[in-house]
Amino acid sequence: MLQQIIDRRLAGKNKSIGNRERFLRRYQKQLREAVRRAVDGRGIRDIEKGEDIHLPRRDISEPAFGHGQGGTREIVHPGNQEYLRGDRIDRPKGGSGSGRGQGKAGDSGEGEDDFVFHLTKEEFMQIFFDDLALPRLTRTQLAETPEMKSHRAGFSNSGTPANLSVLRSMRGAIGRRIAIGAGSRAQLGELERELAELVKAPPDPVQDALRHELEMRISALRARLMRIPYLDPIDLRFRNRVRVPVPTTKAVMFCLMDVSGSMDEARKELAKRFFILLYLFLTRHYDKIDLVFIRHHTQAQEVDEENFFHARETGGTVVSSALVLMDEIISARYPPGDWNIYGAQASDGDNWHHDSGRCRELLTETLLPKCRYFAYVQVAEEEQNLWEEYARLQEVQPHFAMRKVSEASEIYPVFRDLFKARGVNT
Amino acid sequence: MNQLERPADAASPTRSPLGGERGKGQRFALQQPLPPGARPEAPLPDPSDWSFELIERYHDVIRAAAKRFGLDTYPNQLEVITAEQMMDAYASVGMPVNYRHWSYGKEFIANEKSYRRGQMGLAYEIVINSDPCISYLMEENTTAMQALVIAHAAYGHNSFFKGNYLFRLWTDASSIIDYLIYARNYIAECEERHGVEPVEDLLDSCHALQNYGVDRYRRPGKISLSEEKTRSAERQAYAQLQINDIWRTLPKRPDRIEEAADVKRFPAEPQENILYFFEKNAPLLEPWQREIVRIVRKVAQYFYPQRQTQVMNEGWATLWHHHLLNTLYDEGHLSDGVMIEWLKSHTNVIYQPPVGHRAYSGINPYALGFAMYTDIKRICEEPTAEDREWFPDLAGTPWLPALHEAMRNFKDESFIGQYLSPKLIRDFRLFSILDEESSEHLSVAAIHDTSGYRHVREALSRQYDLGAREPDIQVWNVNLRGDRSLTLRHTQHKSRPLSESAEEVLKHVARLWGFGVNLESVDGAGEITMRWQVPAPSH
Repeated sequence: MLQQIIDRRLAGKNKSIGNRERFLRRYQKQLREAVRRAVDGRGIRDIEKGEDIHLPRRDISEPAFGHGQGGTREIVHPGNQEYLRGDRIDRPKGGSGSGRGQGKAGDSGEGEDDFVFHLTKEEFMQIFFDDLALPRLTRTQLAETPEMKSHRAGFSNSGTPANLSVLRSMRGAIGRRIAIGAGSRAQLGELERELAELVKAPPDPVQDALRHELEMRISALRARLMRIPYLDPIDLRFRNRVRVPVPTTKAVMFCLMDVSGSMDEARKELAKRFFILLYLFLTRHYDKIDLVFIRHHTQAQEVDEENFFHARETGGTVVSSALVLMDEIISARYPPGDWNIYGAQASDGDNWHHDSGRCRELLTETLLPKCRYFAYVQVAEEEQNLWEEYARLQEVQPHFAMRKVSEASEIYPVFRDLFKARGVNT
Repeated sequence: MNQLERPADAASPTRSPLGGERGKGQRFALQQPLPPGARPEAPLPDPSDWSFELIERYHDVIRAAAKRFGLDTYPNQLEVITAEQMMDAYASVGMPVNYRHWSYGKEFIANEKSYRRGQMGLAYEIVINSDPCISYLMEENTTAMQALVIAHAAYGHNSFFKGNYLFRLWTDASSIIDYLIYARNYIAECEERHGVEPVEDLLDSCHALQNYGVDRYRRPGKISLSEEKTRSAERQAYAQLQINDIWRTLPKRPDRIEEAADVKRFPAEPQENILYFFEKNAPLLEPWQREIVRIVRKVAQYFYPQRQTQVMNEGWATLWHHHLLNTLYDEGHLSDGVMIEWLKSHTNVIYQPPVGHRAYSGINPYALGFAMYTDIKRICEEPTAEDREWFPDLAGTPWLPALHEAMRNFKDESFIGQYLSPKLIRDFRLFSILDEESSEHLSVAAIHDTSGYRHVREALSRQYDLGAREPDIQVWNVNLRGDRSLTLRHTQHKSRPLSESAEEVLKHVARLWGFGVNLESVDGAGEITMRWQVPAPSH
């Protein structure tokens, strides 16, 4: 008798989350490698996406004892069309072509193809952040959803009584009453006019009957007009509110990079991570972000992202050329009053020795006053004159940060001050 | 609790005189289906969207019909779930609760992906061998499909779980859910106490051996959850004492030295249940590790009957959804629309592609099982001369008790050996291919002709013998006086070698055992043809 139907639809979805997590943890090394490859292949703007991960099937198989090839096997198959007892058949080529015949399709389909699955955006970013050794607080800031603000947005025909707009509702009601009653009212006017004429005319029995009928029709029309509701549910209008994200400001991020011969692919890759991190940070705080890529050797040039990271040039290095170009672009396209300007510069520290002092001057006098923040990473160890000049800057300029990095995890400290400052403000 | 408990009483008025002649001690006494109830005025409504009320009405008529055919079931619990929840259930081997392990995550990811890409439809149903018997109805199913699932799972599978001797012997439906909850909590607790990784490593090793954690011959007693808990604690304390005794390192008393020289084998007899052997005898396992070994072993044991009754179980459920729904249609309960819908999926389910077909992947257990039960019914009702010769005990007897007997007292191997008829062999055009390593060609050993019926039947029956499907590996010896290494012995089945993953599995064995492990492969003549060796894991 104990029979019941239970609705489990609302209970316990995603029971497998814990298992999925364990799976990801187990293959963390491979996942990190895959994420690293994905980051290299992506544009800065596309960083926040999931990724298809390929794991070799051999790596994730669970071993168990089983029969191997060889020995004597006898397998019964259905659907014999042509064979008689004692017939000989050539061995099918390619191993276990005849199938295991045990009803498990997966058994024989175990090829060497990869186990592919999709890493969600969140999981992807998690691994990316792990790589950069971001502290937890920063992660939450980076992962934060934009603050929302409730905003008036006209009227809607549903809502709570508290939001009822009396004026709008009444205005609607008048319009409806006029519209619905229009036909009847016109008719009524006409009938009344006829009646008035009849009243003027001398009385006789035919006229009386006619007049009586007219009076009936008039009172019917009056009653119909009376029945039009004064206020109907369809008249009700409510003040409508929508939620919109608060920050509505815009920012521009300048990526400056040395592309002289000494910057190899590995160094560029480090630089790219540095740019990505700054970009991510900015996306949390600004709605619209422009990216400007400037590369330089002895001369600076504005390029697209593809060329920025992958084209290679040779020659000497004059860092100030890039700073000058940045200033020109700011004056031409990004007035500091409208835009929050961020600068990120990466180089191996190599510079024409007379130029470094000029760089410092340029920064102090023209660029830093216009910038919200300027960060410099040097992707090489030795300290050359550019480093020394910049080091002097750092002491006096609070929104200038610099750091030497040789591994991805060292990039984050460049931003520490930046995040700290923002953390207080927001 | 269960009104279907005693069909025998209700059946007595219609008992057929033939029933008494069939001895063999079967418990089933309903000889004929009971008469139907009053014919309804109109069939049940069949909108494609189901409602709880509608499911209940369909369930009521299906239950009444099942009762008339003497289907004895556990009480039913129908649960409506979403597609995502179905995938969750899929991933944890169909159980509503299970302990956490990465391999279930892998399974889930794989299923989810192929489902999203439309490569795989989800199963319509999952049914759990528990008391009450839980059947999952998927939200996306139409009313007709829900009726099909109820008939298939809640009455077909359910009565099989309750009736089949393997399930009666080896599983305890009333305690499985409780046990899994216990297992899940215990393992979660271990993870907290000892870290996720050591637990995961241990579970990996146990899973590698889970097919060797089954008692094939000895039947475990049934115990309740509370007993299980108290016993677990006692067992741990006691077992630890015992194990240390085997590994006594104190010098023996001088007068015993001679006796000790006559080395006793340990274990005295080869052990087939490797996990059980480790649970009791592995020298270095902590008590909590022994308990986890035990959990994996118990869960494997629970699934052991299912692995041996695939054809019978699916066939039985398919037969009954087919028979119950058809009967209900004949009696005016179901509309034409419902019939056409479920018959379409029924036809898909029992399709058997021939060998060489693109979709061929072995014999479809639904097709074979359904055909065999239907055939038994046919032999009972309309036997031919051939049937009378092959099945003298069966031909012409009442079909209902014959079917129930077949369901109760066999497993796939013996079921096919007993009931596969020449007619079915012809219908399926079964033929047997012999693959001998020594010969250059495959040869056709038998086809569906007079001289081949018995051979095909035997070959197919052996194909479902778990003993032949899985390599026979047993604990052979432990070097008690030397390096404590463990020797496993593989006895080759028809000189088939072990697959390449053996070495990987041995590493897991070594992790559980704690010392070096050897594996010997022995051919039919008793000669060792192959050896593997894995050194002790570093501690």
